Amino acid sequence: MRGFIIKEFYHIFRDVRSMLILFGMPVVQVLIFGFAISTEIRNAPVAILDHSNDYVTQQITNKLLSSGFFVRGDQIENENQIQQIFRKGKVKEIIVFEKDFAKNLENEKEAHVQLIADASDPNVANLIVNYTNAIIQSYQQEYFKGMALPVEIVTESQMLYNPGLKSVFMFIPGIITILLMLISAMMTSISIAREKEMGTMEILLVSPLNPIQIVAGKVIPYVLISFINALTILLMSFFIFKMPLEGNMVLLLLESILFIIMALSLGIFISTVSNSQQMAMMLSMFALMLPTILLSGFIFPIENMPYLLQLLSNIMPPRWFIIIIKSIMLKGLGIQYVWKETLIIAGMAVFFIALSIRKFKIRLE
Amino acid sequence: MRTIYYILQKEFRQIFRNKTMLPVIFAIPIVQLLILAYAVTFEIRNINLVVFDQDNTPQSRALISKFQAPAFYTLKGYVQSYDEALENLRKGACHQVLVIPNGFEKEIAKEARTSVKIITNAIDGSAAAIMNGYGNGIVMDFNQNLVVEMMGGIDFKQPIKVDYTFWFNPELNYTTYMVPGILVLLVTIIGMFLSSMNVVREKEIGTIEQINVSPIRKYQFVVGKLLPFWFIAMFELAFGLTVAKIIFDIPILGNIGLIFGVASVYLLVVLGIGLFISTLTDTQQQAMFLAWFFAVVFIMMSGLFTPVESMPSWAQQLNLINPIAYFIKVMRMIMLKGSEFKDIAGDFFSLLGYAVISLFLAIWRYKKVS
Repeated sequence: MRGFIIKEFYHIFRDVRSMLILFGMPVVQVLIFGFAISTEIRNAPVAILDHSNDYVTQQITNKLLSSGFFVRGDQIENENQIQQIFRKGKVKEIIVFEKDFAKNLENEKEAHVQLIADASDPNVANLIVNYTNAIIQSYQQEYFKGMALPVEIVTESQMLYNPGLKSVFMFIPGIITILLMLISAMMTSISIAREKEMGTMEILLVSPLNPIQIVAGKVIPYVLISFINALTILLMSFFIFKMPLEGNMVLLLLESILFIIMALSLGIFISTVSNSQQMAMMLSMFALMLPTILLSGFIFPIENMPYLLQLLSNIMPPRWFIIIIKSIMLKGLGIQYVWKETLIIAGMAVFFIALSIRKFKIRLE
Repeated sequence: MRTIYYILQKEFRQIFRNKTMLPVIFAIPIVQLLILAYAVTFEIRNINLVVFDQDNTPQSRALISKFQAPAFYTLKGYVQSYDEALENLRKGACHQVLVIPNGFEKEIAKEARTSVKIITNAIDGSAAAIMNGYGNGIVMDFNQNLVVEMMGGIDFKQPIKVDYTFWFNPELNYTTYMVPGILVLLVTIIGMFLSSMNVVREKEIGTIEQINVSPIRKYQFVVGKLLPFWFIAMFELAFGLTVAKIIFDIPILGNIGLIFGVASVYLLVVLGIGLFISTLTDTQQQAMFLAWFFAVVFIMMSGLFTPVESMPSWAQQLNLINPIAYFIKVMRMIMLKGSEFKDIAGDFFSLLGYAVISLFLAIWRYKKVS
């Protein structure tokens, strides 16, 4: 048994190129995603069609363009060009001020501005229109100072756990989870399929090792690799992305190991059901990647999904681990708050290990 | 030509002989398209609210009932202390807590000024901003009604009237937006992974030697490896578009021929990258990890899930070499906005140049000696 594990270790660590890929890849990915991914709106290109061109419309325009949300996109001369400019995809929103805007505002106390958004991206369109509206409203309040309500209820807003509303706090736990899950599952899924494809599986099966030992021997070296990956990613999230660690470091690491073991066993299970590396890869990567990204609550909140998908997301292991990471890192909670999620992941690990061992026995008969 | 024909025959046979791979190649993408298109929404449809009402007067209850009116607020219950409220947020039992102070009603009547507090779980920053906006809006609404009641007949219309129009997707339907993108992903993943593992597989099993000693030229070999996957991916695209049209009722405003025209060039890029990876690596495992690395980076940066404009400029520059970003953008433009060739010409020629480069690299790196 010891000899077998040592052999597997040699096998893996001898391959320098694979090692470089396995350790380098997560680092680069965390860096890229951590800095690049954000759901905030910044620098959205807008076109301004100003039929009035007076001091009020200019002040509003300046306010919009200096907010950081918008930049001036392509110029537009008249309404007929709207379709064309949207089709080129150069502009997200067109702001149309009516003629005599300032005069109407002053005399009639009513002036019109129209926002036309490219809603082929509904989320961006919605946010941009809301931001524009908010900026125009705040200009209006400055313009008509002293229009305060005779009775005023002030709302104090408190943002818990992430007062700066940084989207990186939302994404980093997700990125950690996705990387650990996919890399771990892919590593083991291909390892046994490889033995089958190369014909060395027969040798393993006739050896005096029992299925449990074979599975353990395959998994243990990868636990180490994945754990190093987990540590690297966690360190990067503290030092580079300034994620807080409110809770217990040891608990976080133990949970990570549990999650890694679950992902590795899932990989082993995939490996036992596929007969080629290609098949194993297609299953572990193709079947896992998109559901893991989309149904785990990584980017899209689960509670907004249709009910059936919410049910489906329950069988996505990353869903539970993301909750655990956020609870420990951002909320500073202990095991008494995440025992349920921990049990679910442990249960999944046991389930996959049991299934893999059963599959092995069938092959031996 | 004959040589290429024979290589093609061999490759196709190899693909279709493998009975377990076929469902993986054809069924998984379509099932994913059907399920995952519904997963993607930024709409906030459900906010769980817990109320800490220290006042417990008709006025405070009126405010609470205001929160119960919109369909997206669910009142999860009342708490008796601040700690209990925070505990609910900690456990994840609610998203927001409304705190009404003692003396709320009295202060409104006497001092014409009071305050409430809204605490929001802000781990998801952008959702929190929206939830906070909803909460503030409801309080403001309540406030205005109160003024109308107390003062009577005052008109609070805003002097600046803002009208909105949403073009190309007036209902702000997320599936309309996501389906073209997910379709691109599925076609890409199939093409890139199958091709990246293909040549290296022959290396690993040893059959590459036989090809190397046979009178096949490098370009013939690459064409023979590439075309079958090209056909499979094009077929998947056609199938996926049909499903999108029938099930999701996705508009295809532009020319469908244009979609396939761009797709045919795009697939050359993707398959070229896949083959290049295959020639760079010695095991299928390495090939798989490299393909996965590029695929994930390309996907996350492509603007599929998060807007490209909000990325830092280096990330936007990186998208110049991201084929997925080009194709997703073009697909959405043609399908949802009816863009024509002249609108997408720049992206098309970039992809064309990219195809030439990646195929050249793949042919150049493939060595006939091992």
